[in-house]
Amino acid sequence: MPFKRDWSLSQKATDIEQVEPYKGDSVVAPEYNNSTITQKIANIVLRAETPLWWYLALAFLLPVVGLLGISVTYLVLIGTGVWGLNVPVGWGFAIINFVWWIGIGHAGTLISAILHLMRQDWRNSINRFAEAMTIFAVMCAGMFPLLHVGRPWLAYWLLPLPNTMALWPQWRSPLVWDVFAVSTYFTVSLIFWYMGMIPDLGTLRDRAKHPVVARIFGVLSLGWRGASSHWARYEKAYLILAGLSTPLVLSVHSIVSFDFAVSLIPGWHTTVFPPYFVAGAIYAGFAMVLTLTIPVRKIFGLEGLITTRHLENMGKVTLATGFIVVYGYAMEMFISWYSASPYEGFMMWNRMTGQYALVYWALIFCNAVSIQILWWKRARRNPIILFIVSLIVGVGMWLERFVIVVTSLANDYMPSSWDYYAGSIWDWSLYVGTIGFFLFMMCLFIRFLPMIPMSEMKMIIPKHRKKDV
Amino acid sequence: MFDMNNGHGITTLRGFVAEFKDEETIIDATKKTVDAGYHNIETYTPYPLEELLDVQHLHRNNVALVILIGGLIGCAVGFFMQYFASVIHYPINVGGRPFNSWPAFIPVMFECTVLFAAISAMVGMIIMNRLPRPHHPIFELDRFRLATQDRFFLCIEVEDPSFDTEKTWKFLEDLNPHEVNKVES
Repeated sequence: MPFKRDWSLSQKATDIEQVEPYKGDSVVAPEYNNSTITQKIANIVLRAETPLWWYLALAFLLPVVGLLGISVTYLVLIGTGVWGLNVPVGWGFAIINFVWWIGIGHAGTLISAILHLMRQDWRNSINRFAEAMTIFAVMCAGMFPLLHVGRPWLAYWLLPLPNTMALWPQWRSPLVWDVFAVSTYFTVSLIFWYMGMIPDLGTLRDRAKHPVVARIFGVLSLGWRGASSHWARYEKAYLILAGLSTPLVLSVHSIVSFDFAVSLIPGWHTTVFPPYFVAGAIYAGFAMVLTLTIPVRKIFGLEGLITTRHLENMGKVTLATGFIVVYGYAMEMFISWYSASPYEGFMMWNRMTGQYALVYWALIFCNAVSIQILWWKRARRNPIILFIVSLIVGVGMWLERFVIVVTSLANDYMPSSWDYYAGSIWDWSLYVGTIGFFLFMMCLFIRFLPMIPMSEMKMIIPKHRKKDV
Repeated sequence: MFDMNNGHGITTLRGFVAEFKDEETIIDATKKTVDAGYHNIETYTPYPLEELLDVQHLHRNNVALVILIGGLIGCAVGFFMQYFASVIHYPINVGGRPFNSWPAFIPVMFECTVLFAAISAMVGMIIMNRLPRPHHPIFELDRFRLATQDRFFLCIEVEDPSFDTEKTWKFLEDLNPHEVNKVES
């Protein structure tokens, strides 16, 4: 018996009229109820015509992804020598970019897990987006250590696989902990993201007009039908996943910081690193969420779902984590003096006045000075100011990792071996390539998957507005 | 419970389903249905409704237990993987440090705990919910597509001991629904 469908049910009501971008203080604009919220978000995915800007963005980003491909190919063909790495700077862009990308990913988990546990309902409209950001950022991050091993096709040696040489990983090394931390983090983020999406994939299945599209979403949604007995288990599993992700995200960046802190290099060997790295990660990540959501809410007219209140809250988190990072800088300075170690003292003095002084002061400007404007409520509520600040913070956090990694290595114990390092053209092309890859994946995501969780948004609509139209 | 559609145009009655327009009406209706002594009922909502879970007594489930077991297994796997490599299979004496240097094993044990627990959360939730199930008889009802959007459905299944084609239909109609339908497949 063929399954006859009444297509009028798929898209019941007409598209809601958006007269003017919502400027109010609520987390959901008043025009949204259960029906309109479903339409608004599902139609972004299911509407027939794709907006022109999307093709333009892809056309711009595809060559950048190609640049990534070229950089990787050249690297693999010639070897890691194409990077500007040489003694004494043996760790350069690969670890800088790895830490930077992982850090950006952390805001996604913070928003989806920690803010969920704290019952911050404003996170409901940005969590899906931020989680997607996490997944793609961790993909970019993972590329760097895998490529840096020189022969990426042997990267599986990082895992504890039985082999005839009886070789095992060095279990006492933070680098091996990193393998476990990052791969677990990626897997758990993916699970969390997908699980959160199951009910929405069901909604898309039920609204899709094309049978093939409906079937694809039907498979992806696992046949979700919204039964209360299912919701009960789903909610419990989701809550516990949030509880698991919270310590996980803290552990991942702590372990990343151990890569440095466990060594004996001046400027790396400090106990403040784990909390300072975690705060820096969330700081950079929130900046990235702002960088991405501000244009997206404008393009799709989502001001009623990602409201000024969201921007303001994200601005506050950026300011707060920024101050933890500034505290980290202050502690670095203080300890380099207080430790009375000439090497520590030199390291700090060299950072501020040496060959990388410009980078150091640029980082202080980006991360400590620029965010001061967020003390003003009007700045926090102004998308343009927030967007600019978020870009500056993104750059600043990259500079921070550059300063940490490079200044300590380029001017180490032996003045005779000092060097200057700023990355080769292939370092830069690979870095730019990952940014292109990241934005490319985000473009695909906002086109093909629901970027705002519909079911979770319906939970936070005020009760009186839930009456059906 | 249900068998799949035999595909020969012969349909079997699966139950009656009432559609509601808002959450207050379905919560109220479900309360009345439970009070009327129906057991084989299910509600379908676009988002979880805490009150329905209360009414249907759905708060007790084994998800947390499954995750706990998964996490404990992960923790043990994480430890013994490192113990086996460092103590049993290929012990190396590095400056007299103990082979079983368990404090250094903690980070990997922790990561394995979280990994196994998260996988059990996902797999456990899916299996206990009897998913994936791409087709279900209730999908035969065309209006059911609104259950993931903005409508709320209450189904009384034929298996229920108190199910009676006339009385149950009448009962559902009295609950102030938008409409009542048969589920057949």
